[in-house]
Amino acid sequence: MALPKDYLDYPERHQGMDHGLYDWSILPRRKPVTWPHGARIALWISTNLEFFPLDQPAKPFKAPGGMVTPYPDLRHFTTRDYGNRLGIQRIWRVLSRHKIKSSAVINSKLAERYPYLVRKINERGDEIIAGGVDMGKLHYGGMDDATEADLVTESVNTLRRMSGQAVRGWMSPGKSESWNTLTHLKRAGIEYCCDWGNDDMPFPLKTSAGNLWAMPHTSEISDRKIIVENHHTEDEFIEQIKDQFNALYNESQKYGGRILSISLIPHVMGMHYRVKYLDQALAWIMSQKDVWAATGSEILDAFNASAKSP
Amino acid sequence: MKSDLELYDYWPYENRPKIVWPNGARVALWVAPNIEFYEINPPANPQRAAWSRPHPDVLTYASRDYGNRAGHWRLMDVMDKYKIRGSVSLNVALIDHHPEIIEACTERNWEFFSHGIYNTRYSYEMDEAQERAVMEDSIDSVLKATGQRIAGYLAPALTHTERTMDLLAEYGFLYTCDLFHDDQPQPVNVKRGKLISMPYSLEINDIIVYNSYLATPRRYCQMIKDQFDQLYAEGAESGTVMCLPLHAYAVGHPHRIAAFEETLDYISGKEGVWITTAREIAEYYMENYYETCHADIQARKGK
Repeated sequence: MALPKDYLDYPERHQGMDHGLYDWSILPRRKPVTWPHGARIALWISTNLEFFPLDQPAKPFKAPGGMVTPYPDLRHFTTRDYGNRLGIQRIWRVLSRHKIKSSAVINSKLAERYPYLVRKINERGDEIIAGGVDMGKLHYGGMDDATEADLVTESVNTLRRMSGQAVRGWMSPGKSESWNTLTHLKRAGIEYCCDWGNDDMPFPLKTSAGNLWAMPHTSEISDRKIIVENHHTEDEFIEQIKDQFNALYNESQKYGGRILSISLIPHVMGMHYRVKYLDQALAWIMSQKDVWAATGSEILDAFNASAKSP
Repeated sequence: MKSDLELYDYWPYENRPKIVWPNGARVALWVAPNIEFYEINPPANPQRAAWSRPHPDVLTYASRDYGNRAGHWRLMDVMDKYKIRGSVSLNVALIDHHPEIIEACTERNWEFFSHGIYNTRYSYEMDEAQERAVMEDSIDSVLKATGQRIAGYLAPALTHTERTMDLLAEYGFLYTCDLFHDDQPQPVNVKRGKLISMPYSLEINDIIVYNSYLATPRRYCQMIKDQFDQLYAEGAESGTVMCLPLHAYAVGHPHRIAAFEETLDYISGKEGVWITTAREIAEYYMENYYETCHADIQARKGK
């Protein structure tokens, strides 16, 4: 069997990216950003409040973190629920102790199942980021366009109605997108998207309906990656957070303000035997100089204000 | 298919001709940043899917793109600090996509070798004309952009055919990084010409360490120090080669850069190490040891 003759045609081989979703840009060659209060590090803590349906579909793939065993996988279903019942409370208590506001990425289906969570997020003054409908409702290349538009609308409208918040940010379930996801987000009034892990700072995403921002939500400094996938210990998680902080802090001297993004899953970091390590990590970060803890929207607003300043 | 392509002969790691690197060095060390471009929507290869999710696989595509936007520049800063030149394993189309990266490497007198055109175009099932086209494109594109005639090859995404090595020798490449059978260079059996295997690594390769072994950054650092110490000790008997393969999308993250810096600090503080490029190792070997080693291998063949 031979490859087709056109296997070595390269229609997108030209300067810049091989798609029109954003422009090529070199991080250390951009205008330095300044944060409020002279901070050098904007600390952005986000939590994922997810609903994995017991009948989570496997097509086109399963978003990570969900059902594993044959149906009914009560083992993983209830473990995830543990996070949304107990784990998140423990994380919130730790965040409150360190006076840290955070962003909650929440599936609209979970908000409807547990309206308590939305009320609590509002009471805390935290931000809601729309996390799609649920972890079984994926956005993916080749999906029906009208179906996707409905998913975006359902998620965003439900969360806006329930919370009264503007809901400016979005993260797709499993950080999976179709070719049109960004356009649908822009049409729904979303200002920033958390799916793109290719940068340490915000950058513009382009759609036919206008631009929105990519925010550097981390898939690296996350309990999912470091503890669940890599099997590192809690101490090793803290060590990597410190290394991340120190590297960004050093760079901020030369390149301007940086964002330390930390992503937490309640059924991982909110476990009884683990949450004290989160406390230790945040105590260390908040004891450093020039740290500003903020939500995604606050960081984006400060970024834009800085960009407009001369 | 064949049971063995017989690209090299068995050669016991004992009583080999003694290699001494320039200035009496025991280890020749080269650092190989892979500078890669993964296409968001590549054509299908029947043997291997480029992405695990339907296109666009935003999660993984973005993780690769991170290397070019952010990680590369951080990695290059650290290499500058230790005055280490890279031998770049280059997806050649990156010359077109991101010329700024090529310029920055060229300014530093880094070496380039070919890692195919894109990391999402696989050699599997290529006919000879297609595989030749990839090599010719590699030679011509790098020459035009940098003035360098490439001497080395690491097949795109480590995908090969039965004829890859013969073609490399025919096009005048000096070395291949695709064979993992040794810690010293060795002549490769090709139809015509001369080609050597250049020790690369799928062990202390940051992608393997971080994504397969799922190591912590400190463990990455420790593995490299341990490998170095072993090859340094063995290098007293006959000079060894150590390669530090890098990917800016892995080692170039803020939480990993300190561990990377610590490895360079450790290695560059040692006496008796020739920190150089793959081309310089290959040229030195060709000039001084190819014939001796080839003769030794032939003499010990089958014994």
